[in-house]
Amino acid sequence: MSTRDWLLADSPTSRLQANVGRAYRVFTALMGNPLSVLGGVIILVLLLTAAFAPWIAPYSPVGQDLANRLMPPSATHWMGTDELGRDIFSRVVWGSQITLTIVLLVALISAPLGLLIGAIAGYFGGWVDRILMGFTDIFLSLPKLILALAFVAALGPGINNAIIAIAITSWPAYARIARAETLTIRNAEYIQAVQLAGGGPIRLIVQHILPLCTSSMIIRVTLDMAGVILTAAGLGFIGLGAQPPLPEWGAMISRGRTFILDQWWVATMPGFAIIIVSLGFCFLGDGLRDVLDPKSEGKN
Amino acid sequence: MAPPLLTVENLRVSFPTHTGRVEVVKGISFTLGRERLGIVGESGSGKSMTGRSILKLIRKPGEVTADRLEFDGIDILGQSEKQMRAIRGARISMVMQDPKFSLNPVMTVGEQIAEALVTHQKLPRRDVQVRIIEMLHAVRINDPERVAKLYPHEVSGGMGQRIMIAMMLIPEPELLIADEPTSALDVSVQAQVLDIIDELVRNQGMGLILISHDLNLVSRYCDRILVMNAGRVVEECAAGQLENARHPYTKGLLAAMPVLNETRDELPVLDRTQWAGT
Amino acid sequence: MGRHVNAIDLKNLDIAYGDTKVVFDVNLSIPEGESFALVGESGSGKSTILRAIAGLAPDWTGDISVLGEARSHHVDRNVSRKVQMVFQDPYGSLHPRKTIDAALSEPLAIHGIGNRGERVEAMLSAVGLDQRFRFRFPHQLSGGQRQRVAIARALMLEPKVMLLDEPTSALDVSVQAEILNLLKRLRREQGLTFLLVTHNLPVVSFLCDRLAVMQQGRIVETADVAQLKSGGLREPYSRELLAATETGTGASALAHQTIKEPPAE
Repeated sequence: MSTRDWLLADSPTSRLQANVGRAYRVFTALMGNPLSVLGGVIILVLLLTAAFAPWIAPYSPVGQDLANRLMPPSATHWMGTDELGRDIFSRVVWGSQITLTIVLLVALISAPLGLLIGAIAGYFGGWVDRILMGFTDIFLSLPKLILALAFVAALGPGINNAIIAIAITSWPAYARIARAETLTIRNAEYIQAVQLAGGGPIRLIVQHILPLCTSSMIIRVTLDMAGVILTAAGLGFIGLGAQPPLPEWGAMISRGRTFILDQWWVATMPGFAIIIVSLGFCFLGDGLRDVLDPKSEGKN
Repeated sequence: MAPPLLTVENLRVSFPTHTGRVEVVKGISFTLGRERLGIVGESGSGKSMTGRSILKLIRKPGEVTADRLEFDGIDILGQSEKQMRAIRGARISMVMQDPKFSLNPVMTVGEQIAEALVTHQKLPRRDVQVRIIEMLHAVRINDPERVAKLYPHEVSGGMGQRIMIAMMLIPEPELLIADEPTSALDVSVQAQVLDIIDELVRNQGMGLILISHDLNLVSRYCDRILVMNAGRVVEECAAGQLENARHPYTKGLLAAMPVLNETRDELPVLDRTQWAGT
Repeated sequence: MGRHVNAIDLKNLDIAYGDTKVVFDVNLSIPEGESFALVGESGSGKSTILRAIAGLAPDWTGDISVLGEARSHHVDRNVSRKVQMVFQDPYGSLHPRKTIDAALSEPLAIHGIGNRGERVEAMLSAVGLDQRFRFRFPHQLSGGQRQRVAIARALMLEPKVMLLDEPTSALDVSVQAEILNLLKRLRREQGLTFLLVTHNLPVVSFLCDRLAVMQQGRIVETADVAQLKSGGLREPYSRELLAATETGTGASALAHQTIKEPPAE
C-alpha cells in the first residue's frame, strides 16, 4: 500500500493513522487554493532565508564601507547600499532572522497563554470568568502600540523587551476567542457525555475543549503575524525595538527616511520585505481559515 | 381534462464530489394537477432537491437537467433569474421546515408578510394591512393585530409556521411546495398546521406538493403519493392504497414503523442491498 | 430476603432551570429491569428529569435515588458506573475530533479500567458495528451508526440503568427500527433498566412496560403499556396525545410481518 493510500485509507487501523490521515487531508485541501500556496511559499522562503542567511548574504550585514555609501541597486549590490555603505540585500537577508524570531516567540508566548486563560474562563464561568475577563479587558482596552511602547520604555529598548511587550499586548485577543469558542462547546452533548462518565474539568478542558479551539487559534495567529511584524517594525522605527547595528527591517526603514527622495532604495527595500512577508502570512491564514473552518465540523 | 399544472420528465440533479459527479435525483418523472401530491422518502432520497429544483433554487455547483420541467406551460429551466423571481411567491410558493430559520429575525411578522405581498402586487398601504389581518385570520391566529407587531422570536414554533404559511399564501400562488412543514413542531400542533394548509389549498384551488419522511402523515393529507429512495421514485399510488404497495422498499418502510398496538418482538429491518440504498 | 431495591426512585422532585421551575412534584418508582417511558411534548420537562437523574441539571429539590442510593446534585464518579445516558442528537453527541476508538476508551481511562482495546472491540460487535469503524471519525459515520456508538459508549462502564433521551427521533424510520431492535436486545441480554423519554407513542409500545404522561412539568397519568395499546388512557391530555398519533392507520395493517432481514452493516 503506497503512503498516499495509507494516509487516505477509509478505515484506519490505528489512532496514529487516523490522525495523520486527517492532517494530510487538511494539507491537500490547503494546496488546492493558489493564494494559500503562494502564502506558504513566501513563508517557506522566509524560513529558508533565515536558516541559510550566512550562506545567502554576499556581504556582512554590519561591515561598513563609507566609500560606497548610498549606491543604487546594481550588479554588485542588488539592493544598493545604505548611508554607512552596508549592503542592503545582506541586511535584509540577515534581518529575516530577527523578523522570524520576533514572530515565532510572540506566537509561542501569547497564543498558549491566551488560549488557556480563555478556556478556563469559559469553562468555569461565574466569578472565575469575571475576574479573568476583567483582567483581559484591561489589556484589551489599551491600544496595542501604545501599550507596547509603554512596556519597552519601562523595560528599556532592545529586541527581547520588544518581543515581551508585543506578546503582552497580543494574548488578550486570543483569550477572548478561546472563551467564545469554549462557551459554545461547553454545553455540547459530547462534553456532557464525558462529564457523565466521571471526567473532571482538567481532562475536559485539555483533551476536549482546547483541541476544538486550535483551529480558530491557528487561523488568528497566522493572520496576526502580519500585525506583529508591523508592530515590531513600528517599534524599530521609533528606535525602541532592535538597536543598531542589528538589521531589523523597521529600523532600516527609519534610517532610510532621511534619504527617501534621492536614495529611495534604503527605505523601500526593507519595506518590500515587510509587505511580502505580511502578505504571505495573510494568504496562508485565509487559506487555513477556509480549510479549518470550525463551522464545518460535524457536518457531513 | 385540465392540463397539468406541473409536468416533470426525467429530472436529474447532480453535485460534484471529490470522486466525481454524484446524482442525487436520478431521472424522476411525474405530473401534478390541482391536487395534493405527497413525496415521501428518507434522508438522502432526493425529495427536498426535487422540491427545490421546481423553484430553480439549486445553484452552482449543483446542476439540474430535465427533458421537461414545465409549470403551466412555462419552461422552468429556460427561465432567467429575473423571470423566476416573478414566479416565486406569486405563482409557486414554498414553506420550509423550521420557522426559526426561515423567518427574518429583525423584521416584525406584519412587515414580513407585507413584503411578501407587496413584492408581487402594488397595493395602497391600507389594503395591504387589511390583507395581512385577513391572512392571519385564515391561518387561525387569534388576535392578528397584536401578532402582526411581534418579532419571530416572540412567537411559538407552531405559530411561526402558520405565519410562514400566511406569508407564502398571501400572494395567492397556484402551487404550494411544503418541505417537511411540520417536522420541527410538536405532535399536537402538527395536525393543526396541516389542517390549515389543507383548507387553504382546497379553498384556493391550488396544487400542493407535500414533502415529508412521514408516510402516515402524507397518506392522510394527500391524494397521491410518490415514494422516493436514493434519487428514484420507487412507488406511485393513491393515498388510500398504501397497504397495497408493491415495491419492497415501501413495504419494508411500512413494516419497520412501530405501531400503537405493537405486538412484534423485533421490527423488520430493511435489507438495503436489494436496491442499492445509502 | 434482601430489600427490593428500585432502579430509580423520584420523590417530590422539583427542578428549576435558571429562574423558572420546569418540573413540579414528580413521584416515580421504577423497579430494576423495567423499561419505563416518559411521554410528552417539548416543554413538558421530561428531558429535564433525565438530566437531573444523570447529574446534569443540578438545580432540584426532593429526592433522587439510583439503585437504592440517594444521589448528589452534581455528576458523581460512583453514580457514573450505575447510570448512563444516550442523547438525542447523534450529530452532537460525539466529539468531532476524536476517533470512535478514543470516544469509547475514554470512560475506561477515566475509571482506570484495563484491557481497553479488547473491550472496545467487544462493544463494537455488541452494538452491531464492524471493526472497520473503530478508527474513523464521527463525520465518516451515518446517523444510525453514530447512535450505535453513543449506545456503545454508554455501555462501556457497564451501568445497570440507561437513560435514553429521544434516542431515535433524529433518525430515519428504517434506521430507527434497527436501533430499537438493538436497544431491546441489549436490555434483554444485560438485564438493563430503561428510562426512555420520547414523544413517539408507538416506540413506547414496542420498547416499554410502563409509561408516564407529562404536561407542563407535571405527571398527568401513569399507566401500563397494555393500556396504551388498547387505547385505554384515561386523562384528557393523554387521550389528546393518543389521537394526535393515530394517523392513516390503514397502512399499519401491513405491519404484522415477521420477516427477519439481516442488519444493513
